[in-house]
Amino acid sequence: MTRIALRIFHKLKSAFFDLVPIIVVVCFFQIVVLQQPFPNLGEILVGMVFVVLGLMFFVEGLEIGLFPIGENLSHALAKKGSVFWLLLFAFLLGFATTVAEPALIAIAEKAASISVDANLIPAANQNSYAFGLRMSVAFSVGLAIMLGVIRIIKGWPIYYLIIGGYIVVMIMTMFAPAEIIGIAYDAGGVTTSTITVPLVTALGVGLATVIKGRSPLTDGFGLIAFASLLPMIFVMAYGMFIF
Amino acid sequence: MIDFIIELFHTFFSTVQDVAPIVLLIAFFQILVLKKSIPNLRKVTVGVIFVIIGLTFFLIGLEKALFPIGETMAIQLSSYDFIANGNVENVNWKSYYWIYIFAAAIGFSTTIAEPSLIAVAIKANEVSAGTISKWGLRMVVAIGVAIALALGTFRIVTGTPLYIYILVGYVVVVIQTVFSPKDLVALAYDSGGVTTSTVTVPLVAALGLGLSSVIPGRNPAIDGFGLIAFASLFPIITVLAYSQIMELIVKFKKNKTS
Repeated sequence: MTRIALRIFHKLKSAFFDLVPIIVVVCFFQIVVLQQPFPNLGEILVGMVFVVLGLMFFVEGLEIGLFPIGENLSHALAKKGSVFWLLLFAFLLGFATTVAEPALIAIAEKAASISVDANLIPAANQNSYAFGLRMSVAFSVGLAIMLGVIRIIKGWPIYYLIIGGYIVVMIMTMFAPAEIIGIAYDAGGVTTSTITVPLVTALGVGLATVIKGRSPLTDGFGLIAFASLLPMIFVMAYGMFIF
Repeated sequence: MIDFIIELFHTFFSTVQDVAPIVLLIAFFQILVLKKSIPNLRKVTVGVIFVIIGLTFFLIGLEKALFPIGETMAIQLSSYDFIANGNVENVNWKSYYWIYIFAAAIGFSTTIAEPSLIAVAIKANEVSAGTISKWGLRMVVAIGVAIALALGTFRIVTGTPLYIYILVGYVVVVIQTVFSPKDLVALAYDSGGVTTSTVTVPLVAALGLGLSSVIPGRNPAIDGFGLIAFASLFPIITVLAYSQIMELIVKFKKNKTS
């Protein structure tokens, strides 16, 4: 019993330390720079307690839940020896986790309403535009994870692919409409949610551990890099196609 | 109180919605493709429930504590009353210095608390057999986000085009990639995408859109977006720089001993 209590105490302490920088920054700006009292201090304190508890549960859940699932699946799929199922899994993992992502839905809707305000698309098309944007991002993330898995299997060095991708982004930026560029660049960052990241990382590291000649550190990472690069290209392509 | 409970359930269900497709996908593969059950199923289920509870609490707490105050601060710091005491004539990009400092500070501190970055740091630490410290990686990435947001808000204030910064950033990444030790390159690229999730995205998007609607001559459609792009580019540069510096230190030490 005391061991569990100690463990919880330890986890709470490290979750609290994660929050110290935010507390310091907010207090500094409110008290020293803006020189104003805190609005609804009670609510803020309750919120902070929730954030600390949330972080504690999340990290614990990662270690006993998400990481083992991701690793176990990647081991089992690699052992099964079927590249088809492995790639299908990679694609679906990227697609399924992105298509319902709240941050992406929010950004797509915002982008659609801004485009209507700027008279780029007729108001009647606002919803279908937002939907198309979401779909192109989700599809590109699926493709990205799949591509990343192929890279791990083949052992291609990551920098050729990423730098190649950057060059494509640069060339497309010159031709894409200005209104879509900011959204496209942001779409890359938004796609990787808090649940996707641990699973995808575990998948990559798990595969690189199982496949002979791959190092988990050098080859296991990099899936998320693809998942942030490809959406930029797809969203710009979507923008060029629509406008 | 009732409002709060309703909000709690609302966030809980949207997190469940987030997790549901993944659970279905994994169940489909375990049952139909691999045809075996997950080892330690009970423990893993508890872990997934912990993750859902954790994210729900985390998001609720952020919405109560951080987002409202972060948004008010961004608006207050960029208002004319604060910047020029109502004296509109003398405002130029230097007048907004508190905005840059605020953006850097909030970028740094929220990145330290970013759950996905914690996840990647745990993995990187495990895989590198402890040579990459969890806190070290998070600090380096957070410094990257801090620089990114300071520069990103500067760009919104001055109205210079986004793509110039991003293209120059890419060129820097390419040059660094050529010269840095190859074993950390993949991790560095990943750290760009990882930083921008639950905490950073809503706050940063609000900061960018708010700032570009307050500053005269800015169009939120063009200038408001793009901060997230900064935040996912600069951590790559700082992590690559970190690995280069570590390599230099190791070399230096070797020379000394030999």
